[in-house]
Formats: sequence, C-alpha cells, structure tokens
Amino acid sequence: MVSNVADYKTEVHNDWCPGCGDFGIVSAIQMALAEMEIPRHKAAIFSGVGCSGKTSHYINTYGVHTLHGRVLTFSQGAKLANPEMTVVAVGGDGDGLGIGAGHFVAAGRRNVDMTYIIFNNGVYGLTKGQASPTLKLGLKTKSLPEPNVNQSVNPIALAIASGYTFVARGYAYDVRQLKDLIIAAVKHRGLSFLDVLQPCPTYNDINTRDWFSGMDNIDEMTNKPRPRIYKLEDTGYDAFVHIDSPDEENEKLTQALIKSNEWDSKIPTGIFYKNEIIAPYDERMSERIPNYLENPPAYQEISSAGKPITNISKMLDALEI
Amino acid sequence: MSSIDLTWVIGGPQGGGVETAANIFAGACAGCGLKIFGKREYYSNIKGEHSYFGVRVSDKTIRSNVSGITMLVGFDAETLFRHVADVFDDGAIVYESDLAAMKMDEVPTLDAQFKERLKKYLASKNKPFTIQGLLDEAKERGITMYPVSFREILANLSDETKNPKIRGMFRMQNVLAVSVSLGLLGLPPDTLLKSVGSIFSRKAEIAEMNKVAANYAYNLATVKYSKFKYQLSQIPKEEHTMLVQGFQSTGLGKIACGCRFQSYYPITPASDESVFLESNEIFEVENNRPGSTLVVQTEDEISAIGMIIGASLTGTRSATSTSGPGFSLMAEALGWAGINEVPIVVTLYQRSGPSTGLPTRHGQDDLQFAIHAGHGDFPRIVYASGDTEEGFYDTAKCFNFADVYQIPVIHMMDKFIASTVSTVKRFDSTKITIERGKLLEKIEEAGYQRFTPSPDGISPRSRLGLENGIFWNTGDESDQAGHISEDPENRVHMMDKRAHKLEVALEKIPKEDQATNHGISDFCILSWGSTKGPILDAIDMLKKEGYKVGFIQIKLLHPFPTQYVQSLLSGVKTIIDIEANQSGQMGSLLNEHLDRKVDYYILKYTGRPMTCNEVFDSVKKIIDNKAEKKQVLTYGV
Repeated sequence: MVSNVADYKTEVHNDWCPGCGDFGIVSAIQMALAEMEIPRHKAAIFSGVGCSGKTSHYINTYGVHTLHGRVLTFSQGAKLANPEMTVVAVGGDGDGLGIGAGHFVAAGRRNVDMTYIIFNNGVYGLTKGQASPTLKLGLKTKSLPEPNVNQSVNPIALAIASGYTFVARGYAYDVRQLKDLIIAAVKHRGLSFLDVLQPCPTYNDINTRDWFSGMDNIDEMTNKPRPRIYKLEDTGYDAFVHIDSPDEENEKLTQALIKSNEWDSKIPTGIFYKNEIIAPYDERMSERIPNYLENPPAYQEISSAGKPITNISKMLDALEI
Repeated sequence: MSSIDLTWVIGGPQGGGVETAANIFAGACAGCGLKIFGKREYYSNIKGEHSYFGVRVSDKTIRSNVSGITMLVGFDAETLFRHVADVFDDGAIVYESDLAAMKMDEVPTLDAQFKERLKKYLASKNKPFTIQGLLDEAKERGITMYPVSFREILANLSDETKNPKIRGMFRMQNVLAVSVSLGLLGLPPDTLLKSVGSIFSRKAEIAEMNKVAANYAYNLATVKYSKFKYQLSQIPKEEHTMLVQGFQSTGLGKIACGCRFQSYYPITPASDESVFLESNEIFEVENNRPGSTLVVQTEDEISAIGMIIGASLTGTRSATSTSGPGFSLMAEALGWAGINEVPIVVTLYQRSGPSTGLPTRHGQDDLQFAIHAGHGDFPRIVYASGDTEEGFYDTAKCFNFADVYQIPVIHMMDKFIASTVSTVKRFDSTKITIERGKLLEKIEEAGYQRFTPSPDGISPRSRLGLENGIFWNTGDESDQAGHISEDPENRVHMMDKRAHKLEVALEKIPKEDQATNHGISDFCILSWGSTKGPILDAIDMLKKEGYKVGFIQIKLLHPFPTQYVQSLLSGVKTIIDIEANQSGQMGSLLNEHLDRKVDYYILKYTGRPMTCNEVFDSVKKIIDNKAEKKQVLTYGV
C-alpha cells in the first residue's frame, strides 16, 4: 500500500519560475517518500540557500532551511544525533560545490547514512544568473557580461574521489527515473550523492531542456533529435562493488570516473558507483560506543526530577589526590 | 610552623617532558595536602621552543601565580637565560653544571628582542653574556646555587643498577630534576615515588625505572647538598581534593549535565576539552543503560557549529568548544541558531588575538565580539567563568539557559583557566540542576506550530522525530510554522518575540548568578572571567597592609545585569576595571549600560596571565593616588 503523495505536500506557495527543473525534483522527493512509506515525522529535509533552498518548505516533513553552503553540516549533525531519522539534504551546485565544497569533500570521508541531492543548473539563479562551479569554461549564459573564465568542477568525479559510497545522476525532467534514484539513494547504507541536471529556464540559456533532448542535433536520416541524456543501465553498466577486493573497487571507481567525464554529445544518468562494503559512520561509531544506535544522543535520558543522572564519580576519582 | 608559599619553575625545550616533571611535582605536593596553582606557558611549536611550567605551592588557598621564582630548575641553557633574572634574591637555582660555558648567542631559540634586553641587563652588571655571567650575577644577589650534573647521575645510576640503557636516557632528566628539587625542599620521598608511579601508571616498566631514578636523585640531593632555606612539609589533607586542569572542568560539566553531542575543529587551547570528552565518551548512568557523548571532529568550525545546531534540533544537548579564530567562523551560524531559537552552547576558550595573535597565550580579547558576533539583531547569552571550579558548575547553567530561553549561549573561558593545574574541591554533581524548559516529549494533537506566541516569548519546542511535532526552520524571517515570511507586521512580532526572551532571562536568572559580590568598598574592582584569582589574592595581600578594596565579578555579560550592577555600585566612589585586553572591553559595557565611567584601568595584554603581585601593586598605587588612569601590566616571560 503506497502512501499518498499529497500527504507530503505543503500549502506553501511555490515561487520558482515557471518551467523550472526544481519542480520535478521536489515531486520526485515527495513520490519517493510516499513510495517508501516513511512516516512524515521520521523524515527531515535539509536545504541550503538559493532557489533550491526553498525545497524544504514545500515538503510536509520536518524541514530545515539552513545557511548557504552549510546544509551538509546541519544535516549530518541531526542524523548523527538521531540515526532513526531519514535525512535528505538538498542544495544548488553553487551552494554545494562553491561555498560548501569543503563540507562536500569532508562528508564523503564520514559516509554518514543519508542522502545529498544537488540541483545542478550551472548558474546562481537567485542572485540573477552568475556562473556557478559547474558551468563549463568559455560558456556565456544569458546574464554573464563575459564568457565564464573558470573550468567547471565535475560533481560525480569529486564525489567519487571524496569517498561517497553511492554516486548517481538524475535529470529533473525524468521524474520517474529520478524518483527511483532517490529511493535507491535513501535505501543505500552510507552517504549517497545524487547530481540532478536541472535546467534553469531563466538564466541558463545554453543547457536548456531542448539542449538536453538534442533539439540542436537532428538525425538527418530519421529527422529526430539525438537526445544527449541516456541511462547507464541501458548500456549494461554495472555500478556495484560486489566483492571486498582492491581490484574490484578500482575497476568500479575507474569506470565511474571515465563515465563522469562524458558530456556534450552523450550525458549518462543513473547509478555510477555503489559500494556498501565500506562501513557507514554509525557502524564505525558503534565499534567505539557499542550501544550508540540503540541509545543515540537524542534518546538518552540525562536527568530525573531536574537532577543529573550521569555518574561521573569514576572520572572524579581519577583526579582525586 | 611557618607558612609555606613558594613557586617552583621548570623549563625546557617543548616536547622534552617539562609537563611530566611539573605534574610529578604538583602531584607530590598535593599528595602532602599542599595547595597547588600551576600554569604552563608554551610557544606555538611542537618541539624545540622553550616551554615552562610554574607551580605555586602553599599551605593556604591560592588562586593565582606570583611574580618571581623561589626555585628555578634548568637543565638547558635557554631556561636559565629566560628565567634567572626572575629568581628571588633568597631563591635557589638547580642547574645542569655542564652549561656554565654556554654563550647567549649559541642558543638559536632565543629571540633577538629578548637577547637585547638580557644583554643590556648583564652589561649593566658588568657580566659576560654567558651562563656563567648570569649565574655569577645571581650568586651576587644571594641566590643559592645547586649545580647538578644530570649526565653524571645517569651514568652512576646506570652502573649501580647494571642497566646500560639508563646512561643515555636523557628524557629522565626531568624526573631527576624534580627529585633533586623535592630532596632540597624536604618533602617526604614516599609522596614523590607515589606521584611518579601515578604519572607513569600506564607503563609499569617505565614507572619502575623512573622510581629508581627518582629515589636515587632524591637521596643524592639530601646527602650532597645542604637543605634549601624554604622547606615543604606535609599538612593535614582536606578530604576530596582533586588536582584538575582547567579544560577538564567544562568537559566534566558537559558530561554531568547531559551534553551528548560535541563537535569541534582542532584549536589551541580549546581542543583539549574535546579530546577529554572523547577519552571519556562512555559513562555510567543511574538506573539506565550506559550513556555516551558523540564527539565529532569536523572539517572546520563552520561545520562544528552547523552540526551542533542539527543535533540540537533533535532535542540533544549539544555544544562546541573553540577559540577566537574558530568563533569568528561560527558567527553566521550563531545568527541562524538565534533566529530559529535553537539551544546551543559554544564554550569559548579565549586566547590572544586578533587573527592568529599569540595562539598559545592568554587573553580576554573576545568579550565584545562574543556579545556582537553575527549579523543582525538576535538574542544570545554570554556568560563568563572565573576559575576551574566555576567552569564545572557554570557549564550546567549555560545549558539550562540555552534550553530554557531557546537561545545560543557563549560560555567564556580562556587560556589561563584552560592550562591552570590546581587543587580544587571535588566537583559535586548533586549541586547541578537540569532544566530543559519547554522541550516537548510528546504532542497529542495535530496543529503544532514551532513559533507559537507566548507571553514570555518562548514557544513549546518540538524536536526532529516527534510525532505531530513537524516544524520548519529557515534562516529567513519566518511565520509561526517556520515558513519564510517577509510580512512587515510578522517581522516586528518575531523580532520582538525573540528579543523579549532576554528581558525574561534578566528577570529569572538569580542575582547571585548574574554577578558575584566579593565585597563592596569605596574603591571597587570590577572584572570578569579569569582575573578573579589574581584579584582575590591581591585583595588578601592589600588587606594585610590595611587597604580595603571591593570586588564585583560580573558573570552574566549579556544581557547585561544593569540593575543589579547599578545597585552594587551605588555607593562606590572609585571603579577600577581589571581585564586581560587592551581596550578595557568591560569598561565600555559599563559605560554603555550604566552610563558610568571607569575611573582606573588595570590591563594586561602580553599574553601572560596577571600575577597577584601585579594586581596588588597597581591597585595600591591607585589608592595611594599615585596611579595613571591606565596601568598596563607586563610581568612574565
């Protein structure tokens, strides 16, 4: 029995531009939560700042709209303190790969069991279209006075190099695939990263919906566009690390990096890399603190009738003369 | 029995075991019932630069360091060059006799400014710029000299114990030096051996070897040299006394009062506290499963504060611990916690700024910054502890403030307290209360709104995971549910709601928690934080000379307890502001809130803590009407 998608919607007026790719992403998140039947109070959406930052207000679960670039810090803290929560962090590419790039890398090292979705459109929308970290070198989108002078960062490759154990890419206008990818990401044991290509109809006049679907590249034989987007799974690509061996891991990492470099004429979507052999942070913690998961910080009792119940006498004994 | 009050200083290159030696010394003295006040001074360096540890020992309560050294121990040239001039004329120097021929210019770690000052001093005494010159000058002043060849002791010990390894174990010099000192000072040898044993308790073999060496050096000192004129002796021990380092106080306070999540980024002097928490991450809880603190080392301080905000949203008591540079990075998120009414505690171990400043040295430079950090108007509480003992109990208070007022709390500590080792009465958890304010355990009905209006401005607080408790947070201004709102009326309502909490806090926080009245007099010292110890010791000294001085220690610095301080100061004629910063930051607060000006400033910003003698001298000058409006203290290497 699938929960009702409508339960996960709020009545907050959505003020994204008409045609914005963000609509598809927020729908996919709501559909995924409904399909997984996650109780609303057991899920928390954390968002960064920018257009995508408003996502948390449109979803009827706990919603925390954080600071620019810092969404991973807030969300990891919450997940670590209460591991029972399903935590999804969302943010733009400027948010996560520009101002928040340090946190992006550090999060990969921890492998906290949660999901991070980047709404990737190549521009800073809410500040009127400046170049973002994923915009390709030399491109001049609508509101840039001059072409972009910086090289672009490759989010998939960066995630893989940083240690994310689930790395995938979706497309904002393929909501069904995106919903499935979100479910796979949430169910993954460890930190999952989802790069979502999300055309900005207002400021990115190059990587548009038409561009992604190849309207500029018509097959002369069939007179049909050659879509840039394709699905890795359709090519027999196997993203999973199946056995605990360096060879297997290297092979899967390398093929993912190679795939992540495809752009221009062919742009892969789907799961690039998945490794559940690497222990998530909570398992590493449980080795140190055996009852961490059954008695996590959020559920520990600390007082009785206003008095502390923690017994620190052993620590004090050690300091006594 | 004559009273005991002496200062023993040991120095050496960083990483050379100075701290171990000082801990053995302090442990042995404390084991005899004596009171300890010790402090460590070190450079921002891992190995090689000069560090030293001064331990003041007394049979009475002591709360500060003094200017001057009773017994100096040096087995390297730099220690002697740096500290001999500070030894009292009736003091003693225990030194490595091989060093006499060393020239000042042969010590690469002596900086040019210091050398210039010392050369001037030696030249004025007609002495060459060598250890010998320095020691000759000391001898002429009447200082008792104890030349010791530590190398020879090691060699003899090696022969006697038939253990050739010992001959080259120069690391043991520290233990030998402590043992010689305690022999000269007449402390019973068993306490020395006990202290050595407990310092090396984790390594049985090393403990044994060090005990043999300690015993040997102790006996050698008693046989070879005449007793020093000042002697230490056993006194009746007060029950339940601990030897504690300052950073342990807030750590223990956090564990006791239920802080279960701490994140941090490594920074001097704050990270010792986090390491302490991690070392004690699992503990017993009465009638319950074992409890634990999750300590997370983050990639930077921005992440550290972000994580504790996230953790606090789950209802977990959460804190971070940092110093000035780290706190600067936290400013933006502090405002987020403010606007979203998230209880967090930032333990701010201040050091000397600005920028990297004097990264391993003391300062109280961050008072105004703590009050104003972050853009926009939002409420926070700034609370300052005066010493190690206060650090423990105030930590619990800060968490209560955070929970009750749903507000970020900045707990001001500093490097002086962090690196002080002192004898303290055993902390008593039963004196702590835990108030979680309006944190909800259960919500029966739908319709909950996070920022529901309330007469005191404080709304019932849900937590992530609570059924029927869903809320939204945003760094934007928000409506009662927590959704973005740019409505002008809502804006005024929300700003006033949050600000009102501080008025409530001022009404509800008991006066004795707002400020400590140590006595009121015509001349009254006004101060905050770790100056407490030197001031109280100085007041005792002044009393002996017939000077009467009052002292008000302000603990709640924001919101400022205007009414209470005003009432305390109403009869005071002369206000003396004592602070470890350059601009007299609390004096400005007084001016701002009471429209009253400080009459005299006593300030220190060398990075070294004040001594009681410095405070004594400068207050005395004020009362004798011989002081400038502002006195700047400079004692200390």
